[in-house]
Amino acid sequence: MTTLDAITLSVIQAGLQQVCDEMDLTFSRAAFSPVIAEANDRSDGIYSAEDGSLIAQGIGGLPVFVGVMQYSTRTLIEMIREGKALKPEPGDIYIVNDPYLGGTHLMDVRFVKPVWRNGKIYCWLSNTGHWPDIGGAVPGGFSASATSVEQEGLRLPPVKLFKKGAMDPEIHAIIASNIRVADQRIGDIKAQAAALMVGQDRLYELLDRYGDKTVTDAIAELRRRAGEQMRARIAEMPDGVFRSKAFVDSDGVVDEPLTIALSIEKSGDTLTFDFDGSSPPCAGPMNSVLATTLSSVYLAIRHVFPDVPLSAGAFEPLIVKRPEGTFLDARYPRPVSGCAAEVSQRIAEAVFAAMVQALPDKVTAAPAGSSGNFALGGHDPARGRDFVMYQISGGGYGGSAGADGLSNGCSTIGISKSPPVEVMEQAFPVLYRHYALHEGSGGAGRHRGGFGLAYEIELLRGTARASFVMDHGRTGPLGALGGEDGGVNRVKVIRDGIEHVPPHLSKEQDIPLSAGDRVQVKTPGGGGYGDPRERDRALVARDVAMGYYTPQEAETRFGPF
Amino acid sequence: MAEKEAAGNEYVVAGIDVGGTFTDLILIDGSAGGKVYVAKTPTTLDNQAYGVVSALGTTGFPIDRIDLIVHGTTTTTNAVLERRLARTGMITTQGFRDVLELGRRTRPNPYGMTGAFVPVIPRNLRLEVPERVEASGAVRTPLDEAATRAAVRQLIDAGCESLVIHFLHAYANPAHEKRAAEIAAELWPNDHITTGHSLLSEAREFERGVTAAVNASVQPILKRYVERLRSELAERGYRRDFLMMNGNGGMISARYVTNEAAKTVMSGPASGVMAAAYTGRRAGFPNLVTYDMGGTSTDVALIRGAQPAVSNEIEIEYAMPIHVPMVDVHTVGAGGGSIARIDDSGLIRVGPESAGATPGPICYGRGGTEPTISDANLILGRLNPRRLLAVDSPVSVPDIEAIFAEKLGGRIGIGGAEAAGAVLRIANLKMAGAIRMVSISKGHDPRDFALFAFGGAGPLHATALARELGIPKVLVPARPGITNALGCVVADMRHDFVNTVNQPVAALDEALARDILARQAAEGRELIAKEAVKPQTIRIVHSADMQFVGQTHLLNVPLPSADVTRAHLQDIFEKAYYARFRVKLPEIRAALVNLNTSVIGVRSELDLSTLIDPAGRSGTVADALVETRPVWFDGRWLDTPVYAREKLPLDAAFEGPAILEQLDATTVVEPGDRCSSDGEGNIIIEVRRS
Repeated sequence: MTTLDAITLSVIQAGLQQVCDEMDLTFSRAAFSPVIAEANDRSDGIYSAEDGSLIAQGIGGLPVFVGVMQYSTRTLIEMIREGKALKPEPGDIYIVNDPYLGGTHLMDVRFVKPVWRNGKIYCWLSNTGHWPDIGGAVPGGFSASATSVEQEGLRLPPVKLFKKGAMDPEIHAIIASNIRVADQRIGDIKAQAAALMVGQDRLYELLDRYGDKTVTDAIAELRRRAGEQMRARIAEMPDGVFRSKAFVDSDGVVDEPLTIALSIEKSGDTLTFDFDGSSPPCAGPMNSVLATTLSSVYLAIRHVFPDVPLSAGAFEPLIVKRPEGTFLDARYPRPVSGCAAEVSQRIAEAVFAAMVQALPDKVTAAPAGSSGNFALGGHDPARGRDFVMYQISGGGYGGSAGADGLSNGCSTIGISKSPPVEVMEQAFPVLYRHYALHEGSGGAGRHRGGFGLAYEIELLRGTARASFVMDHGRTGPLGALGGEDGGVNRVKVIRDGIEHVPPHLSKEQDIPLSAGDRVQVKTPGGGGYGDPRERDRALVARDVAMGYYTPQEAETRFGPF
Repeated sequence: MAEKEAAGNEYVVAGIDVGGTFTDLILIDGSAGGKVYVAKTPTTLDNQAYGVVSALGTTGFPIDRIDLIVHGTTTTTNAVLERRLARTGMITTQGFRDVLELGRRTRPNPYGMTGAFVPVIPRNLRLEVPERVEASGAVRTPLDEAATRAAVRQLIDAGCESLVIHFLHAYANPAHEKRAAEIAAELWPNDHITTGHSLLSEAREFERGVTAAVNASVQPILKRYVERLRSELAERGYRRDFLMMNGNGGMISARYVTNEAAKTVMSGPASGVMAAAYTGRRAGFPNLVTYDMGGTSTDVALIRGAQPAVSNEIEIEYAMPIHVPMVDVHTVGAGGGSIARIDDSGLIRVGPESAGATPGPICYGRGGTEPTISDANLILGRLNPRRLLAVDSPVSVPDIEAIFAEKLGGRIGIGGAEAAGAVLRIANLKMAGAIRMVSISKGHDPRDFALFAFGGAGPLHATALARELGIPKVLVPARPGITNALGCVVADMRHDFVNTVNQPVAALDEALARDILARQAAEGRELIAKEAVKPQTIRIVHSADMQFVGQTHLLNVPLPSADVTRAHLQDIFEKAYYARFRVKLPEIRAALVNLNTSVIGVRSELDLSTLIDPAGRSGTVADALVETRPVWFDGRWLDTPVYAREKLPLDAAFEGPAILEQLDATTVVEPGDRCSSDGEGNIIIEVRRS
């Protein structure tokens, strides 16, 4: 290979990044579903022709997709080689959402497009969009009590949705017949494909300008250097084995906690992640597939070292032992709808809790780490139509060496904004009785956790069913280095004046409501960092003056002030 | 108060812009053939009025002979960014006092689970009262007037100087906010009372609440400043009203500016963009990307058809939305002081860390030791070491080069000059990427624009940047370093209106739509009629925010007239959508979300040809030559002519490489670029295709 100077490398790195960022932007701006257009629940990247390994990925992609599309792309390449998928031709775009073929949950639909250059595939472009519905038992796909993947929706192996540049109307018809509100999906499908087209145009410009060979060499060199950069970060950690445990409240079907047991062995410039001792596969939808488990580890490490570029090279020093026989390596037909939204965040929490021991100055105590999914589906008699409403919530972030945690931050795996109360009330027959800080929820510590959200919704008319897929109802987000755990998630439903708490605390499906019934949710606070008694007394007094803690609470949890 | 009509050339007008570092002034004496006075004095941070007066003083022009002073200030910007705000209380709907602190469930960066957020008003000064309006505007719980009175008293006792009243759904029914404001007015010691719906009558309680809270918290500060400036000017003989710049690039009388003080936040960058639009229009470049590179950051904006893009959704820092119309300026964290380093993987990184003003770049001689973009320009002969402003104790160029060789070059096997060249290349690439994202996120191809370069460092990088972006031409105005002050002189009066319609186009009530546009225009005319300064003409600009039913993002579509029809709306939207996304969606219906009108009071045209004194110009290009010095281009040193910009003849035309020096800026013309001057003294550079 020619030796490339640092300048050319930097230029090509920025160019590849720009290709991905423009794909992200095009996808969001053209999409119809708020989950993509507003919540940016999508990601775009460039993958190698040989094995699908990650070359570059958009900065604005949802964190849960870090590195994950390299597995689906790799699987597609293998299936083509084995004759299990059709051979690619110019203008083709494959569609796939099978969780067991390098995916996440069924709602995350991937498009994969070969980029041709001089009669050969130069690389693959791929993107993932979270579709608002993919069929299955419940609208939106988050069934809290599914026991097999068939109940969760339509599962697509890699098939060509676009053939030689044109959409295949037959494949589209099959999809449209199996999902809800199909008439709007055509706009999303075109947006998802348009993003890949824009990416291809930009990539061709880059190749024309610098030459295929130079770009190819640069990609290899960048991969090597991203690995070096990650190794340099790891090398700064002390050698040793760092252990942690994180818990999922339940799988939604069997009321028992699931354990993620993690040990991270730091040796030289590599980290080895071992999930030995974690719970076996579960009956309900809180299983994770291997690709999601791996990407959860990667996204957690990226939160710790945000400056290392996203490239397969960066993942090489991170050795994850395959967690066979656990719920973190689920096989067909285990249900998996909770893997991307909840289990991924518990895995990240386990990583944070182990890493903070080695890097106390860099890593925070655990953040709330739940997507706080509350779905309300029903009939609005005033408008004469059905509705499905989602309230996705954040919570407090963990304290750190330098600061208290942020209040009401979005999930570890997300980067989206919440919808305003006023917009929710315009769209749905509900009234928010309050929308406030979850007082007292910040875990006590030298630097305390941030506070979660507390809200109460009243159904104004008609009837509806409430479902919850949340977590951290049993135990709060982990405190670090002597800090207290964050406050737990609480759900309460008040029907005809009678209070009901879900038996699984944070998960339940189809609770019937009628007009005047209310739902109260309090989301988790962040874990505290360091000994609460070492907290600056003036800050404790300020927190009391602001009403974040009662004086008694502050006295008990932080000591006299 | 009768003011002289702004028509004719007998007028004396002064534009004064207070920036972070310098206060810039430009005074045009219409009674003396358009004679131009300029001044650049240090900004006096504690009392900006002092710097303004001192800038006026340095011109020697008698203040009492000035007909109109137009002023841009960073008083409110600084107050917000440094959180030096007036003590402000909030009264809000029961159950919702934390809206201001919860924000929209975000974090500052996608990666890294850290971040800090300080609400504009602290929790103990946010009080709740029983009252509730539903989304429909129907009252569910009547306003508790006794509780309101008690809350007002509690906030007065807590020492609040300013008050916000912010109720849920007040955009749909403002009755409770209005009544609460009446009650408060009986008790409050001053008139600093802001209601949420009055600045922004749209759903979204966090954004509306923050906008109102910012308004209230800067109101007393702006008022004190305006009073101080008024009295300082009066003492020196200027007793007329003066105009102030708003963030939308329009002027408003100083008598009214404090009512909606939040609109002055971000007015500094707006005035530069207004000057660019004005200069570009006169020079025949209606479509511009403006590029203002300063010491710590770079501001970029888009101008189409000589109209700067204005947005109602600007977030001026993390979780600080101020949703009033503002010129849509994007800030990139790269400026002359951005620091270059080699990262762990052996690649060159520039920024986001900056040496700022202190210690600043190495070449400032204030103790800076980290290589910066400014230092790179100096090493490469692009900047003249003898002409640096703001230098304490000069550091020699070889010394700076040695630092580049040691900290950068040595680690990747190149010399100091090569390292400096690499730093510029990476910095340009980063700025180009940012410009590309800004333009494409608005649906434009940067290649359809000209690059308008200003600020101290803009013209240094502009041609390289334009080549990177495929932008064919660069326009460097006569006075790049005082563009913001020029913006004050040329800006129009302007009022913007937005009304939400939210109807599918097919079912649109055409009469209602026309009526909305007509009312918006009438309201704007009324406001302009109240101003002391009379515009030459009134210009009305209509546009529509549209989408396909089911989408959340909006596409802004210009409307040629207020005479809208369903068929026409459908047609122009489909065309605009196709132009942006190359996608046709015959399956889905279009919807009209907002109707917008800008009412612009156009002030009289100003001849810009005197910005550089015509008497100082030479007869030939050769006469303007100062020296020839080696300058680094694309990996080699070239003997490059250096010209005094002010001396170049108005018909100058030559090929690069060349350096143009003037008091407040240096322009680099790269080899092969074609440089010429137009009749108003703008430099137009045709960029060689790479």
